[in-house]
Amino acid sequence: MMAKTLYQKIYQSHIVAPVNGSTDLLFVDRHLIHEVTSPQAFAGLRQAGRTVRRPDLTYATMDHNVSTQLRSIDAAGETSRKQLEALATNCKEFNVPLLDLMHPDQGIVHVIGPELGLTQPGMIIVCGDSHTSTHGAFGAIAFGIGTSEVEHVLATQTLQQQVAKTLKVEVTGSLSPFVTPKDVIMAVIGQLGTAGGNGYVAEFCGSAIRGMSMEGRMTLCNMSIEMGAKAGLIAPDEVTFTYLKGKPHAPQAEHWDAAVQYWQSLYSDADAVFDKTVTIAAEKIRPQVTWGTNPEQVIAVDQPIPSPESFSDLIKADAARRALTYMGIEAGQKLTDLKVDVVFIGSCTNSRIEDLRQAAAVVQGKQVASGVRALIVPGSGQVKRQAEAEGLADIFKASGFEWREPGCSMCLGMNDDRVEAGQRCASTSNRNFEGRQGRGSRTHLVSPAMAAAAAIAGRFVDISYVERAEGTYQ
Amino acid sequence: MSQIFAQGLVCPLDKNNVDTDQIIPKQFLTSVSRDGFAEALFYDWRYLANEQPNPDFVLNEPAYKGASILLTRANFGCGSSREHAPWAIQQYGFNVVIAESFADIFFNNSINNGMLLISLSASNIEFLFSRCQQGTQEWKIDLAGQQIILGNNAAVGFQIDPDIKQRLLSGLDFIGASEQFEPQISGYEKQRASAQPWLG
Repeated sequence: MMAKTLYQKIYQSHIVAPVNGSTDLLFVDRHLIHEVTSPQAFAGLRQAGRTVRRPDLTYATMDHNVSTQLRSIDAAGETSRKQLEALATNCKEFNVPLLDLMHPDQGIVHVIGPELGLTQPGMIIVCGDSHTSTHGAFGAIAFGIGTSEVEHVLATQTLQQQVAKTLKVEVTGSLSPFVTPKDVIMAVIGQLGTAGGNGYVAEFCGSAIRGMSMEGRMTLCNMSIEMGAKAGLIAPDEVTFTYLKGKPHAPQAEHWDAAVQYWQSLYSDADAVFDKTVTIAAEKIRPQVTWGTNPEQVIAVDQPIPSPESFSDLIKADAARRALTYMGIEAGQKLTDLKVDVVFIGSCTNSRIEDLRQAAAVVQGKQVASGVRALIVPGSGQVKRQAEAEGLADIFKASGFEWREPGCSMCLGMNDDRVEAGQRCASTSNRNFEGRQGRGSRTHLVSPAMAAAAAIAGRFVDISYVERAEGTYQ
Repeated sequence: MSQIFAQGLVCPLDKNNVDTDQIIPKQFLTSVSRDGFAEALFYDWRYLANEQPNPDFVLNEPAYKGASILLTRANFGCGSSREHAPWAIQQYGFNVVIAESFADIFFNNSINNGMLLISLSASNIEFLFSRCQQGTQEWKIDLAGQQIILGNNAAVGFQIDPDIKQRLLSGLDFIGASEQFEPQISGYEKQRASAQPWLG
C-alpha cells in the first residue's frame, strides 16, 4: 500500500463520490457558522426552496460583531443587531443549534468548537471564516469557505474539492523560555512568506510541536492561513486525547476506546512523500514582532527594522517602503523604542486560558503604562469563567486592563472596539493589514506575553532579555 | 472555437498581496444582502478620510472609468474568507481578474460567482503591466480558446482547470450538481453512522 500523509488519509476517507476529473465530493463532519458570512447563504436556501440537510452537524455562534462591553444584541449598533437577529431567525427556522449572546458558552467560533468537543481528530470541519484552520490542531482537515460554499454545505453536507499539495513544517528541538507557539508560526510565515503556503495543506511536526499544549497547537494552526495554506494540521496524540476526554460533544464512554483507536491511526506514514518540506530549529526562534502591513513583514524583537533596500525582490522592497510609511516607522529603528497606544489581548489566535495565564504572569503586581489603553477579551464564556476562577481577571483589572465579554473584538473592529487612526497597537491577533483594526490603525502582531509586557512598559520589550537580566518589565 | 467571455477596459492595480480587508473593509460586512457592495470596493484606498474620492488611487483616474478587467500582481485576495470581496469586485463591474496568483478561498469564492480569475507567470504579468503603461488597454478574454486578446494580433495564453472552465462556460449550478449525488451522500451517511457512531 502506498504511503500516505495524514491529509491524504483524512481526505480519502471523506470521498462521497468523484465528481469529474480532479474534483471529489467530500462529506463535512462539522459546519460552524456565525452571523457575518451566513445570512446570504440562508437567503439562498430559502430562494431555492432548499433546507439544511444536517442541522445536527451544524453549530452557530455570535462572535464577529458583538459588543464586548454589554451582553445585549443592541449594544454594537443597528446594522449589527439586524445581522445578529437574522442569525437567530435563521437558526430557529432551520433547527440549527445556536450559542447566542446569552448562552454561557458563547464565544469565538474557533475557541468554542474545540472546548465543546465538537472538533475531533479525523474530521472535515468548515466554517465561513478563514481562521477555521485553527481546528487542524486536532488532526482534522479544517478550512475556511465563502458564503456560496456555506450554502452548499447547508444544503448537501458536502463540498466539491480537489486534492491540495502537502507541505511539511518540522520544528526541531525545544522552544527557549518566553518563546511561544505564536512566535513559532510568525517565524515560519516570515520564512515562507504570505503566499508560501498557497495550494498546500501544512502539517506541523517535530519535537517542538509535540511539546505544545492544545492551546499552543491551535495558535499555530490558526495562523497557517496567513501564509496562504489551505489548512494547518497536527497529528493527534495523547495531548489531544486528554484535552478531548469529557468534553460535552466528545465521544462518550461507550465509544471512547473505539474513537481513540481510530485517532491513533491518524498520522503521516514514515515514508510518505510531501510536496515541500521546511525544517526550522526551535532554538533559533526569538520573540517575534511584525513591523509592516502583512504577516510576513516580521522580525525578532531584537532585530532592527529592515530597510527597503535590503530586499532583493523589487516588489517586496516597494511593499516595505509603503509599509514603513503607513506604520510611521523608519528603517534601522529599534522596536523597543516604539511606544504603543493600545494593547489588545484576544482573538481566535490568542484568547484561550493558557494565553491569559501567560499574560497575567507578566503583568502581576505591575501597572499598565500611563496613556496606554489595554484590553483583555477572553475567547469564550468558558475561558472567561475559568480566568475569573483562577484569579487572572483580578490580576488584569488591578493592573489597569479592561476585562471584557467574549467576541472577536479589536482583531477586526467590526464592533465598537477599534484602534484610532495613527495609533500603534500591540495585538495578539493574526492580521496586521492596513486598517484592519480601524482605519489608519498601526498593528504589530505579538504573543500574549509580549503584548502584556508592552502594556506595562508602554513600548515593545524583549521579554526574554528583560526577564533574564532584570526580572522586571518596568 | 472562439467564445468571448468578457471584453473591456483594463485597470492596472500595481500591488502584491492585496488582502480582502482592502478589497472591502469591515464596516460593510454587517449587511445581510448579497447586493450593494460596489461603492464599498477598495473603500479605504478609494476615499480619503473626509470621504472625498482619493485622486491618487488608480480606480479614480478618469481613464479607467468603466473598467471591467482588473490586472494586479501576486497573492491577490489573501486574508479573510469574506465573499463580500468578489461580490464588491463584480458589482463594481469587473468580471475578470488577472494576477500572478490568487489566495485559495478568494479564488473559489470568485468562481462560485461566475467570475474568471486568470493566473499568469510573473514575466507575463510584467508584460501586461508594461502594455498598460503605453496607454489604456481594451482586451478580450477568449475562455474557450484560453487566451487574452490584446489587439493588433497580440495575445497571451492562459491555463485553467478544465472543471472550472466547464463550469464557467456552462453556468452550472454547483449545489444542483452536488445534489445529483444524493444516493451516494445518503450511503456515506449510513456507513459513517455505523463505523464511527461518535461523529453524530
